Amino acid sequence: MNVLEVNNLKKYYATQKAVDDVSFTLAPGSIFGLLGPNGAGKTTLIRMITGIFFPDAGEIKFNGKKFEPAENIINIGYMPEEKGLYKKMKIGEQAVYLAQLKGLKKSVATEKVKQWFIKFEMQSWWNKKVEDLSKGMSQKLQFVTTVLHEPKLIILDEPFSGLDPVNTNLIKDEIYNLARGGASIIFSTHRMEQVEEICDHIILMNKGKKILDGTVNQVKQQFKENLFSVGFETAPSNTMGTASFDVVGRQENSLVVKIRDGHKPNDVLQHFLQQQQSIISFQELLPSLSDIFIKLVEGTPLARQFEKITA
Amino acid sequence: MNKTWIIAQREFFTRVRKKTFLLSTILLPVLIFGFYAMMIYFSVSSDAYRVAIVDEANILNDSIEKKKGEVTFEIVKADTAALRTMVDKGQYDGYLVIPAGYDIMTGDSLVFRSNKTVGLMTRGNIESQINSIVEKRRFLSLNISPKRLDSLKRKNEIQYSKITIDKKGDAKKESGVGLSYIVGFASGFLIYIVLFIYGTMVMRGVMEEKVSRIAEVIVSSVKPFQLMMGKIVGIGAVGLLQFVIWGILIVGLQLLLPLFFPELMDQAQATQVMQPGAGIQAAQNSSGMAEAMKNISQINFPLIIGTFIFYFFGGYLLYSSLFAAVGSAVNEDPQDAQSLLFPVIMPIIFAIVIMTKAVNDPNSGLAVFGSLFPLTSPVVMMARVAHGVPEGVTVFQLILSAVFLIIGFLGTTWVAAKIYRTGILLYGKKVTWKEMWKWAVRKS
Repeated sequence: MNVLEVNNLKKYYATQKAVDDVSFTLAPGSIFGLLGPNGAGKTTLIRMITGIFFPDAGEIKFNGKKFEPAENIINIGYMPEEKGLYKKMKIGEQAVYLAQLKGLKKSVATEKVKQWFIKFEMQSWWNKKVEDLSKGMSQKLQFVTTVLHEPKLIILDEPFSGLDPVNTNLIKDEIYNLARGGASIIFSTHRMEQVEEICDHIILMNKGKKILDGTVNQVKQQFKENLFSVGFETAPSNTMGTASFDVVGRQENSLVVKIRDGHKPNDVLQHFLQQQQSIISFQELLPSLSDIFIKLVEGTPLARQFEKITA
Repeated sequence: MNKTWIIAQREFFTRVRKKTFLLSTILLPVLIFGFYAMMIYFSVSSDAYRVAIVDEANILNDSIEKKKGEVTFEIVKADTAALRTMVDKGQYDGYLVIPAGYDIMTGDSLVFRSNKTVGLMTRGNIESQINSIVEKRRFLSLNISPKRLDSLKRKNEIQYSKITIDKKGDAKKESGVGLSYIVGFASGFLIYIVLFIYGTMVMRGVMEEKVSRIAEVIVSSVKPFQLMMGKIVGIGAVGLLQFVIWGILIVGLQLLLPLFFPELMDQAQATQVMQPGAGIQAAQNSSGMAEAMKNISQINFPLIIGTFIFYFFGGYLLYSSLFAAVGSAVNEDPQDAQSLLFPVIMPIIFAIVIMTKAVNDPNSGLAVFGSLFPLTSPVVMMARVAHGVPEGVTVFQLILSAVFLIIGFLGTTWVAAKIYRTGILLYGKKVTWKEMWKWAVRKS
């Protein structure tokens, strides 16, 4: 059963279709990347899933049942892009307080906060105030408060911004742990290399619409341009391409070839073998998510224009 | 409801545990009383100002009343040069010569000499004492004894009271108008201050949550309405605690004051026996005190305290939700708050204006309107209630006003909650009242 099922969700503002007919599903234990340029409607979509906004149309199902913010909120952990904590409040108390608001009892919350603080080596922070923390430290605290109540659905909006590589890995490992433990994670970011590394499944939004949906591999296959890199002991200097491929790039000891439609990689290998070239590597070049992202989003106006909506 | 309670607790304890709370709650009244006590101390213990009087006209008969006070007189027989040296030596602060030809009935000008500038207070003191001495001699020279003088100077006292006929048709006991005026004004003004201080506190709290961006984390756990109500309830409790502490401190310090300053009592008695005609005045004073005591017993304190608490909370709930709505619409720039606050502050100021009229005339049309209209009733009704029921306000009007206030605060809370819900998550945009109104009226 899917943890989350979003069907034809719509949210229109006075001048914009913020989210326009978006559907997707989220399986337990999966890490889901929500991508899109600024203003694509990701935050609005997330706010509907977290129960902050009501959708204008469409439905959200949580664990197979209709999403009821009041009941399901305990099962959701949300870390917004704009991280915020009470600056003057002591860190330990703050974490306990936020857990209490999720519905945990004070004693349970205190116990869990202590466990997490030990895990992240934050025990000595308990009586410090947030204003005394560095950005990375408060980010860690924010992550703890997000996952403390063991939610089934964790929504992380740019969770790594401001973190050094050590802490990034710490959080990343924790995200894998949570996913292995059965939690589903929605991961919203602009950092494509992180998406490729972490996510099983992605959707790409632009101007309120979903324009891409699939696993990372599916998406790459969908956008591949039949490019291969062929490595030689000494690259042939005069090859310009054949009926089966074009040479589109040349490095010291390798060629980048683009296979023409209707031909196969074996045709390329056959050609070079016939020429008695000694091949040391042959590899398919898949587009990076970043390339796909730019390709899809490019050409649409960078900033969304304000328009009159009649819905 | 449970989560509202958790939020209210946090709001309460974070504020109460702050050092500024302790300072403003406990230190402020202590400071005010310390200042007050210091003023009393200095005025009591200031060095006496000694004046030598040379009575060449012999109108004082070598005797002058010695009394405690800032200025003391002493009759001296010396010539001008000797007086000068005495003043220079500091034996006296100045001298006054009543010249030989001074006619007590017609003389009107005497010269006081000193080597220092004489302060205004001291001048007044010298003048009034010399005048009262001279006046007394004038009456004596006309063969009027101090006793007859007392009866001559007796003031005819007018007691102001209002005739009210109870059901039996008897004129009821008079009500203390003067005191009820003070009680009404003070309690109305106190509510006005409450609305301002704690309303602003709510607004700043909301702004803090919005600016620090924690609002989004919290509204993903609780409903915006719960967050707003939690804040309002928590800060209301802070206000109540602060008021209780202030009340206890003020009463306590007032009781302690005579212990620290026994001289104060002496002086109070001393001033009462200052003048020959003063016996009467003292008597009048004490009868005034008795009158005041009688008035106090006539003021219905349980009623006033009860209505005060009701309007304290009613007014606070009504206005604090509006302040919260404004706070939610403001971005980082606190300047924006000023212009958005204006429509919220207007009715409070309006209320205080109506209140000053209502204490004078609790049954005027304006006062009745002001005490029923929920935006002004918390302030105005206190002015009317102080005059008593049914003299100041009828039971029916009181109940009607209470009902209106409850409806009013439900209404403002409902409207404010809708503005708050949208405003708290909206960044980077300057919001106008027109937009806030749109948020309030649109369907959710």
